[in-house]
Amino acid sequence: MGSEYTPSEMMTAVAARELRDGEVVFVGIGLPNLACNLARETHAPNLVLIYESGAVGAVPERLPVSIGDPALVTGSLMVCSMADVFQYFLQNGRIEVGLLGGAQIDRYGNINTTVVGDYAHPRVRLPGSGGAAEIAVHAHRTVVISRLGRRVFPERVDFITSPGLRANGRTRKELGMPGAGPTTVITDKAILEADPESGELVLASLYPGITADDVAQGIGWALRSRSRLAEVPTPSGRELHLLREVLDPKRLYLKQ
Amino acid sequence: MREAIAEHVRDGDTVVIEGFTHLICFAAGHEIIRQGRRNLTLCRLTPDLIYDQMIAAGCARKLVFSWAGNPGAGSLHAFRRAAEGKGPPLELEEYSHFGMVARLSAGASRLPFWTLRNYMGTDLPGANPAIRTVACPYTGEVLATVPALNPDVTIVHAQRADSEGNAQIWGLLGVQKEAAFASRRVVVVVEELVDQAEIRADPNRTLIPGLIVDAVVVEPWGAHPSYAQGYYDRDNEFYIRWEPISRDPAALSSYLDEFVHGVEDRKAYVERCGGLAKLKAAQRVCAGVNYGF
Repeated sequence: MGSEYTPSEMMTAVAARELRDGEVVFVGIGLPNLACNLARETHAPNLVLIYESGAVGAVPERLPVSIGDPALVTGSLMVCSMADVFQYFLQNGRIEVGLLGGAQIDRYGNINTTVVGDYAHPRVRLPGSGGAAEIAVHAHRTVVISRLGRRVFPERVDFITSPGLRANGRTRKELGMPGAGPTTVITDKAILEADPESGELVLASLYPGITADDVAQGIGWALRSRSRLAEVPTPSGRELHLLREVLDPKRLYLKQ
Repeated sequence: MREAIAEHVRDGDTVVIEGFTHLICFAAGHEIIRQGRRNLTLCRLTPDLIYDQMIAAGCARKLVFSWAGNPGAGSLHAFRRAAEGKGPPLELEEYSHFGMVARLSAGASRLPFWTLRNYMGTDLPGANPAIRTVACPYTGEVLATVPALNPDVTIVHAQRADSEGNAQIWGLLGVQKEAAFASRRVVVVVEELVDQAEIRADPNRTLIPGLIVDAVVVEPWGAHPSYAQGYYDRDNEFYIRWEPISRDPAALSSYLDEFVHGVEDRKAYVERCGGLAKLKAAQRVCAGVNYGF
């Protein structure tokens, strides 16, 4: 089974299934973008794609190579300034789903895209927030996409760029954040979900052929698990055909 | 370009060259490098390759930004060397995109700060003491604040303008309007200079009015390797090539020698790049509207 599809293809298919038809999605480049395109071609033709660069209702004819690709503009419903994007769409509460990735994601779904190590003297300087901090605050829910790994999923991130379900000990409600935060984390082996009580990410579903122990290997804290784990269906023939032949034939984002 | 930069960009200035992926005025950045400007505070949401080059060339004292990567292609290594203590020192002041947009909105409105519902739970205010809070005088809600950004000079690349600088932009609009209105001086660089009648025929497309513009420069291909909607596509191959070039300080230095110091102006740069014609945009002309009354 494992050789019939790649981890990237599985993650993209799972992310696409997370999106409901008609939802308004704040999209990033890479796998999130591919997942939105796949969802539009399958169960969610009315998905509304909004990019931080200002393209609203984008229908890119080619896979965008950057978040400001000219193909996002051509044929879109609206192009607005970035002040409009952040104030009138995001802060206004119009964004239903935000898709985020990160260099580090911790037990409470806090995401770090700023520095590895100390802020003033980082071991690795990452790009920073971009729009991620405000997406994490305002989107009705966020879906995080990342491969497992102990360094990627530490107990606590080195820097909270985008707040999760509990940041520096305080809940989202206490902090006054409008959105629900990271409800789902899609990895290359399993799906983690936020526990509504503790705000902790817990193991919710396994990919075929994967055990809970396999997942725990790639997590830097004692991962709790739902009492009954669902098994995630593999990518269908149609999903794989669309990804490989139509949506990313040059394998820009489906390298591995 | 030479005169515009000589007159409007001075050592120690706070400089904004805006354009979100689209319409980034590399031509102006290169001229600033050629004229050897120093101690600049460079502000941009996404420093992009142009500020990486200006940092490497020694123009910058400080960088104000919200996302410092090579979009879709990797890292900005001159920036990273500075941030990781492996290069010449560079002061950093960091926001998120919304924070930078808000700073320019305040600057454009000539207000001292802007409020936003943001940053709760993040470590950004700890990293940047300029991100503060205010209690709403009506509801008591605690909101985040960021200070106004009023650059000494903002440089905006546009598709076209008339000789007075009434500039029309289409495609992604970024924060150019806010940046221009926030700035003390404004330089507009265009792909094409057009008669004012052409501007007046489609006034809704004018993003920046000539009355706030100090200089107009005509510089075809001035945004390469970024793009100009309707004129040319992004040179993505160059963005990918920047990864190994910027990773190696010697390679970066010889890039600057060849394509910045080694050319007299933009025309010579375009000739040296060669083969840019393949990036020319296809035709997707819109029908236009009736402005009659």
